[in-house]
Amino acid sequence: MSFLTYLINGLSLGSIYAIIALGYTMVYGIAKMLNFAHGDFIMVGCYIIFSVSAALSGNSVVGIIVAIILCTLLGVTTEFVAYRPLRGAASPLAVLITAIGVSYLLENIALLIYGADIKSFSSVVKWEGLSFADGQLKIQGVTIVTIVVSVVILVVLQLFINKTRQGQAMLAASEDKGAATLMGINVNRTIALTFAIGSSLAAVAGALLCSAYPSLSPYTGAMPGIKAFVAAVLGGIGSIPGAMIGGLVLGIVEILSKTYISSQLADAIVFGILVVVLLVKPTGILGKQIQEKV
Amino acid sequence: MALLDVNNLCISFGGLRAVDNFNITIEKGELYGLIGPNGAGKTTVFNLLTGVYKPNEGIIRLDGEDITRKSTIEINHAGIARTFQNIRLFKNMSVLDNVKVGLAERYKYSSIEGILHLGKYKKIEKEMDDEAERLLKVFDLDGEIETNASNLPYGKQRKLEIARAMATNPKLLLLDEPAAGMNPNETGELMDTIALVRKEFDMTILLIEHDMKLVSGICEKLTVLNFGRVLCQGETRQVLADPEVITAYLGE
Amino acid sequence: MKKQTKNNLITYAIVIAAYIILEILMLTGNLSSHMKGLLVPMTYYAIIAVALNLCVGILGELSIGHCGFMCIGAFTSAFFSRATSESLPAAPRFIIALLIGIASAALFGFLIGIPVLRLKGDYLAIVTLAFGEIIKNVINAFYVGIDAKGLHFSMKSAMELNMDGGDTIVNGAMGITGTPHDANFTIGIVLLLISLFVVQNLVNSRDGRAIMAIRDNYIAAEATGINVTSYKMMAFTISAAIAGAAGVLFSHNITTLTASSQYFGYNASIMILVYVVLGGIGNIRGSVIAACILYLLPELLRGFSTYRMLIYSIVLIVMMIVNWSPKVIEWRKRTFGRIGAGRRKAA
Repeated sequence: MSFLTYLINGLSLGSIYAIIALGYTMVYGIAKMLNFAHGDFIMVGCYIIFSVSAALSGNSVVGIIVAIILCTLLGVTTEFVAYRPLRGAASPLAVLITAIGVSYLLENIALLIYGADIKSFSSVVKWEGLSFADGQLKIQGVTIVTIVVSVVILVVLQLFINKTRQGQAMLAASEDKGAATLMGINVNRTIALTFAIGSSLAAVAGALLCSAYPSLSPYTGAMPGIKAFVAAVLGGIGSIPGAMIGGLVLGIVEILSKTYISSQLADAIVFGILVVVLLVKPTGILGKQIQEKV
Repeated sequence: MALLDVNNLCISFGGLRAVDNFNITIEKGELYGLIGPNGAGKTTVFNLLTGVYKPNEGIIRLDGEDITRKSTIEINHAGIARTFQNIRLFKNMSVLDNVKVGLAERYKYSSIEGILHLGKYKKIEKEMDDEAERLLKVFDLDGEIETNASNLPYGKQRKLEIARAMATNPKLLLLDEPAAGMNPNETGELMDTIALVRKEFDMTILLIEHDMKLVSGICEKLTVLNFGRVLCQGETRQVLADPEVITAYLGE
Repeated sequence: MKKQTKNNLITYAIVIAAYIILEILMLTGNLSSHMKGLLVPMTYYAIIAVALNLCVGILGELSIGHCGFMCIGAFTSAFFSRATSESLPAAPRFIIALLIGIASAALFGFLIGIPVLRLKGDYLAIVTLAFGEIIKNVINAFYVGIDAKGLHFSMKSAMELNMDGGDTIVNGAMGITGTPHDANFTIGIVLLLISLFVVQNLVNSRDGRAIMAIRDNYIAAEATGINVTSYKMMAFTISAAIAGAAGVLFSHNITTLTASSQYFGYNASIMILVYVVLGGIGNIRGSVIAACILYLLPELLRGFSTYRMLIYSIVLIVMMIVNWSPKVIEWRKRTFGRIGAGRRKAA
């Protein structure tokens, strides 16, 4: 029974990684950049929920809505101010280093406002959860909500991309920006939309992450962010179902290795997976090959 | 024996035959043109010859040696140097250093000597400098050896790319649309440079070109490529008079 | 004299001048003990900044795991010094420890380079980050002890070493305690000068040009006959080795060495990247100056330390946009002519 509990916890953590990874994979697929600050959008979302809930004496629904709106704005603004000027820069490192700068900036703004001490975050899911087999198997409410939310997000995103004009524009821009422009697609706006979606998902992921692991600090988002990127790479960067699979695999591996191997080595194992995947199949589980034109 | 002998070269990309049954024979000292409409597969031929792509079928022989599936690096060492359609210089390095990179295979000292600046380092570096400057003089770039490659005007960047290729001491030089983006003045100057390279180094050259004036002005032989296949091959005058070639270029 | 040679000499001169001034200040008692404590860290941060600039500026690959190599150098050398602290005199002990630290970091650089350097850009960056974290985590779970029967290893706990009395040298997350204080400012400066010598000479050699050619255009480099893989490996390994030397200084300057995130995590690696970017990517001298100033400033100005990361991050973003944005470059070219054009300087 305890194995089942761990597996479900792994699924839940994996679902959070998957939601974050969706943001990475969409942005990477279309803007061809690793938004290193994506993990910190999560942290920003958490602090917004934390502050708004405190101000409204515990009403977290409003907090979540405000967080989603503000994170979306943050994502779009970051893209416009910091990343867009570097599109087409001579070195691909330029935008990555800038993203690292944005990550640092957000962490330090949070540090100045909220301080370094860890805030205890009250779960946005008030439901106790379910209990099976005479209480031997308990599944927390937040775990169930997390898994359900991630599945809903996946389905909605897939429908959005495949059935709407905006979604098709995203696909086209990720294939070939030049050709997409010629077809009348506003690539800049499409990339901004991708950032908006990715960042709003980060806010959702933040709410779920801090509900399951209720300690909030300026560095809360950094490590989950990096692991979610690992998940996106594992699933195949640019692929939405890939991000989901990658996230779930990573979450389960992390929880099981923490439980059965060593909590010290769990992160090392997670990162080890990244290395192995990139060695054996650099394009990930569902990714495709891109070759540079000579 | 021909310097370059290519037989039945084929490559497909996802079902599309980009190059199909391509043959060419280039004798030592020839200046050979590879022409054809956009998308005919000219650059793909270059990429096959230099090992960027590996052919599905066919044999490439350079000076009798089979180089068909060798790597780009091995092919360069075997004696093929090239330039690129969209200039690929080492942009943040000086003009002199661009050429010295090309010389590195012929002028060697150990890494330890390089890091300590001892032993053969000083002597070989001096020889490289002299050789690079001699080469740059041929291309009229000796006044700008310290300039950053990216700060050269367009025409000189093209020249520097050719100089760098020549620094590897090739048997065969491949020029991919050397006159692309040049004005008539620059094109004229480039024709002189190519003629000079041939004379000075006794070089065999295969060039891809769109500019008909350039092609008819300097190439002795032509191969016309259309939809990945050889449309016509032979002496320049005959090829340009061929009705099929005219159709391919001007349309029905 | 050649421009490059002159440039290199200026760099050495700046380092030596700074050393002489600081030594005089120290001898005349004008340096607070707080300041004295900052001198050795300043040298190892300058050294690792030089190492990272070799990787980022000369090789053109972004590593965000360089502190992992520093960690390897720190632990292997500290292990040796700690194990031989009673049997060997200080000078030969430190020299051997230094060689061990450098060699181990180089070995790890080589082994990690094999998979990493097949990747490009963002992937490479994130995998170096992953390796940095793996190194840190594994060392935190690593136990080594020594007794009459020889060495004992464990990945679980000090108890699992099953020793007969003996001495636990590497004690998991508690690290290594009691490494002799063999490092000092003079040694730090000498190692910094050696690192500068190696990197600057490399840049002006056959190998260095090949490495920079790969950075600027790897397709053209291959077509010019350069063995891209082996030169990348070479640059990465040398870079790791120099980072290892910084680690040796690190571990021989503190009493308790732990593989903590503060010193060896990716955030620490990013801090080094800040030094490199602010000093100028590809500008070796700039890295040294930036590392020294940016390390000392927050330590000396108390009020500044609260805001330093905030300020650094803003400066980082602004620098990248000013130096690399195509639109800004075009604007600068129009306004100031060619001179202001953004470009990497080769050392």
